[in-house]
Amino acid sequence: MSDAALPTAHAPTASLWQRTHGWITNPWGRPRFLVLITWGYMVWAIVPVIIAIQFSFNETRSRTIWSGFSLRWYTWDPSDSVMNDPSLRQALAQSFKLAGADVLVAVPIGVALALGLARWRGRGSGTSNFIMLFPLVTPEIVMGVSLLLVFTHIFTFVHTGTLAQILGHVTFSISYVVVIVRGRLFSIGRQYEEAAADLGASPGVALYRVLLPLLTPAIVASAAIVFALSIDDFVISFWLSNGGGTVTVPMQIYAATRAAPLPSTNAIATIMVAVTLLTVLAGFLVYRVFTRGERVAGGGMVGDMAAFDI
Amino acid sequence: MYPRWLWPGFAFPGVLWLIILFVVPFYAVIGVAFGTVDPILLSAVPIWNPLEWNVGWVNETLQRLSPGGDLWVVFVRTCEYVFVSLGLSLAIGYPVAYYIARHASRTKNLLLILLILPFWISYLMRMLAWVNLLAPDGFVNRFLQFAHIIDQPYGFLDGQSSTVILALVYGYIPYLILPLYASLDRIDKSQIEAARDLGASPFRAFLHVTLPLSKTGILGGCVLIALPMFGDYYTPNLVSGAPTTSMLGNQIDLYFHSTSQPTIGAALTILLSLFLVVLMGYYLITVARATRNLESV
Repeated sequence: MSDAALPTAHAPTASLWQRTHGWITNPWGRPRFLVLITWGYMVWAIVPVIIAIQFSFNETRSRTIWSGFSLRWYTWDPSDSVMNDPSLRQALAQSFKLAGADVLVAVPIGVALALGLARWRGRGSGTSNFIMLFPLVTPEIVMGVSLLLVFTHIFTFVHTGTLAQILGHVTFSISYVVVIVRGRLFSIGRQYEEAAADLGASPGVALYRVLLPLLTPAIVASAAIVFALSIDDFVISFWLSNGGGTVTVPMQIYAATRAAPLPSTNAIATIMVAVTLLTVLAGFLVYRVFTRGERVAGGGMVGDMAAFDI
Repeated sequence: MYPRWLWPGFAFPGVLWLIILFVVPFYAVIGVAFGTVDPILLSAVPIWNPLEWNVGWVNETLQRLSPGGDLWVVFVRTCEYVFVSLGLSLAIGYPVAYYIARHASRTKNLLLILLILPFWISYLMRMLAWVNLLAPDGFVNRFLQFAHIIDQPYGFLDGQSSTVILALVYGYIPYLILPLYASLDRIDKSQIEAARDLGASPFRAFLHVTLPLSKTGILGGCVLIALPMFGDYYTPNLVSGAPTTSMLGNQIDLYFHSTSQPTIGAALTILLSLFLVVLMGYYLITVARATRNLESV
């Protein structure tokens, strides 16, 4: 642009400050400062992780200076890649073992507890409900300390190690299953079961043929969420570990980050992020398939995620 | 239509599990904290009978946590970190939640996905990402040097309080924004329109309608992230590791994993839980009320 055009166009207008201020507050539309903060937050929240993922593919040992794409830290580095470092392979196996066992135990117990708590009216139901909610608000370190002490002083037959870790993971997972399944139970209501009973179904049939299929999406969603929670858990695994074979991936990342991390740390963290996201995505898609045709208040996904607004 | 025993029967395994592995363990902490220490092995000897409790260790820990004691500094620092982080999280989180709930239209779904994404990225991964960025040869230092703001790499990871606060905000803010968003999204737009029709400026309408209506979301979200922050120890360890930034959680971790004094560790855990019980109680009561409303619908 030529300089000659400027003075005539802008001579009597507002100062730079006023113009910037006006542009940002934007009195005639959506305030632009909100747009800036929101997108700034999104960039701040996501980009560091993307950079960390990028450096898991770095060719050299640096996690900060990019030298080219390679799968060295995943597959072919002879001693330090995820595939060839026994401690990393072991940590992956342990994390999957804990998450799998957690899902298998916590989901059935949690679904039954959700049904029970949603419909049981009588002595003890209030207290039970209270006990169920407590793990959700207890700081993890308090849970870690108490489980460690119970396994070293009362249930001494459970030594710290894999079994203790599984018991700990199930303990913090049950409440999440209950919250998700109970939300679904409330939205289903009782009319379908009552209709089944009116048509002659026995309680067992009403439960198994009517209620269970209606609950399936919530059960699938809670299984995916429990799996992801378990995979990402650091504190409980850490407090109940006895070293060696019971180190999980988050513990490995923790130890490596405090020492001198290699890009292989980024690589194993990237693998876990991919696994978690795929699990949650799969759970969500199954949920959507099962609930298609239902009218969801609050716009589908948001309504589902509000399960976390417990 | 169902037999009366059915629902308590369904609840039974879960309740039993939580009693054995959540309630009883907490009693184990109490037993150890009010127990004694073996004079030779230096290991904890729990006392289970409340009548025989030894209050010595809990008393000593309480004194160290009181003004003048050596843990008082840590306690004050923990509160400072948590409250500064809460303030910063609200300052960033509220406008974001507000924009997505009220103004985003075409981009709303994308923004919601981005908002939920950090939930499913391992906390440790997100900390590792910042450790990489803040390292002496990391992007942040190289950018600052390139822009000639600093000459030497700045030791972000050498025990800076600001780094720990940044990490806490970064780690927990998603858990604040989601409840904030949910409460802002629930607000009936016609109430805000009514305020505007009656002559309130946009700012006054926000102050007198939107803000009060989102109060539950603000308080709930703050409690939801304050509780884990008070018990955090891994975040300071990952981004600082220096004793000058240690929080109460770090002290508990040290008593169990470095100095092998589980009795003091247990006493500190009990005192921390007592301190947090108000926050937990507030949250549990709010949730219980919300659940009752759901049932009555």
